[in-house]
Amino acid sequence: MAGSIFQPIPARPSPVKTEGLLPWLRANLFGNWVNSMVTVLIAVALGYAASGFLTWGLVNAVFAPNADQCQAARGSGACWGVIAEKFRVIIFGRYPYEEHWRPEIGTILLLGLLILSCIRRFWKPWLVPAWIGVLFAFFTLMAGGKLGLSEVPSDQWGGLPLTIMLATLSIVFAYPLAILVALGRQSALPAIRSLCVIYVELIRGVPLISVLFMASFMFPLFLPVGKSPDVLLRVLVGITLFSAAYLAEVVRGGLQAIPNGQVESAQSLGLTYWQTQRKIVLPQALAMVVPGIVNSFIAIFKDTSLVTIVSLYELTGALGLALNSEADWRPFKIEGYLFITLIYFVFCFAMSRYSLWIEHQVSRSKTR
Amino acid sequence: MAEPIISFNKVNKWYGDNFHVLRDIDLQVAAGERIVVCGPSGSGKSTLIRCINRLEDHQEGRIVVAGIELSDDVKAVEQVRRQVGMVFQQFNLFPHLTVLENLTLAPMWVGRTPRKLAEESAMQQLERVQIAEQAHKYPLQLSGGQQQRVAIARALCLTPKIMLFDEPTSALDPEMIKEVLDVMIELANQGITMICVTHEMGFAKAVADRVIFMDQGQIVEQNTPHEFFDHPQSERTKDFLSKILGG
Repeated sequence: MAGSIFQPIPARPSPVKTEGLLPWLRANLFGNWVNSMVTVLIAVALGYAASGFLTWGLVNAVFAPNADQCQAARGSGACWGVIAEKFRVIIFGRYPYEEHWRPEIGTILLLGLLILSCIRRFWKPWLVPAWIGVLFAFFTLMAGGKLGLSEVPSDQWGGLPLTIMLATLSIVFAYPLAILVALGRQSALPAIRSLCVIYVELIRGVPLISVLFMASFMFPLFLPVGKSPDVLLRVLVGITLFSAAYLAEVVRGGLQAIPNGQVESAQSLGLTYWQTQRKIVLPQALAMVVPGIVNSFIAIFKDTSLVTIVSLYELTGALGLALNSEADWRPFKIEGYLFITLIYFVFCFAMSRYSLWIEHQVSRSKTR
Repeated sequence: MAEPIISFNKVNKWYGDNFHVLRDIDLQVAAGERIVVCGPSGSGKSTLIRCINRLEDHQEGRIVVAGIELSDDVKAVEQVRRQVGMVFQQFNLFPHLTVLENLTLAPMWVGRTPRKLAEESAMQQLERVQIAEQAHKYPLQLSGGQQQRVAIARALCLTPKIMLFDEPTSALDPEMIKEVLDVMIELANQGITMICVTHEMGFAKAVADRVIFMDQGQIVEQNTPHEFFDHPQSERTKDFLSKILGG
């Protein structure tokens, strides 16, 4: 209506409530009668499956490490006794039984520092010497041969310590390598660019198993007898090179998302190439691909299980070792695999939660 | 005229093999001179000023800035860039750094200034563009006009001899253009050498010593603002002026 006078309207709360438990239930589970039916059906199915699992896993289960009882309960109840019986072989693999305290302490040190390194408050320069110290302690404890510790050759290392060590070290080495390769693929210098492209395409074109086979069996053929580096080292290099190729592509995805204007304004301020990458491009690019990076880290953690094929018995391999060593316990594979599944899950879930926290941290600058 | 602070000598540039974007550019800029470059889009005006700090390279001719010839010599280019500040159409602030960190980055890493000193002079620059109270916010939390003023302050932090502006108000809402132009006018009055690509003809009339009109990679005409606007020489210039001034 022409001539009507402008009246500001004060803000008021929405008449439809969407916050709180009841409105959430109504909106998401019982919106209309179809949704309500589906909700009830799924709830019944879940309840049925859960009760079956609970009967098998708790009510009829055998917890004592007693092979006869387990045998009797087969088919109706789980035999958790197998884990009680074989616990130390599953966790430590072929490592000499009396010396298990050594990988135990070493792994606790490594995990402790890993957790500390994830907390912002501890991001101080002393972390670097701390890492060098802990890795030195870990390898001294594992290998022995000095300080009165008996020598344990690296092909006897196994179980969870091996899994954690392989995963940690290949992540620590693969990450910077991946960044360099990703930058190399964007380089203005054709030689560097094609070298990086060839590396990535070559490694991505073969399965990890064949990389490990080459590292473990073929590589020594090219070296004089007895001069070849330790099998563990060769495998570690193999996993690192393999993961770095994948990680490099994730990082490159982030690099490509950075507008050219960012680089130009850094250049116009006189920053050198490396200053621009370090201060402007990488912080933004890496923040953008945190989910992809953590995805790769989780994949690396689980890929370490493939070293079994070159006779290094990490967690998965150690389980096979434990189950196959005695005929009495051989049937209880499911229980064993559920147990190591739980271990893998705890580590991978921790990584994915940490990734969410990191995402939250780096998104602060984007909030208006 | 004393030794020019910027000199273009028969400069030619191509994008790819066939797009001849700068053709035989000859241009001398005296220290303290304020120049406005205008022309239709695609005329090469942005490319021209981007050649001054070598965000673009040229294939023929010589460009000498503050006594240093621009070439593939990375060290020479870095030296030139330290004396040339640049403001972009899209602001190009670093979104992951606070306003203050945007300003202290270059002084600390290029100028090797200690953090405390760098922060003090950064705050002075922010006061100069009247935005000191936003120092600890992130760029995306500011309005376009505020971001562009931060960008100007950032370019000033290395105390450059030359300031380049590449359409600094083209991406702004009409309500914010004035606050940026005010800062630029204030800067112009302090005697810094300025080259500004803009279509703000009011700004050109108010502060420019010289207006350069470009078309199809060439400098068509250059003159004082008074002469340029009141007595344009070529038909092309008259045509352009009639379009942008709506006359």
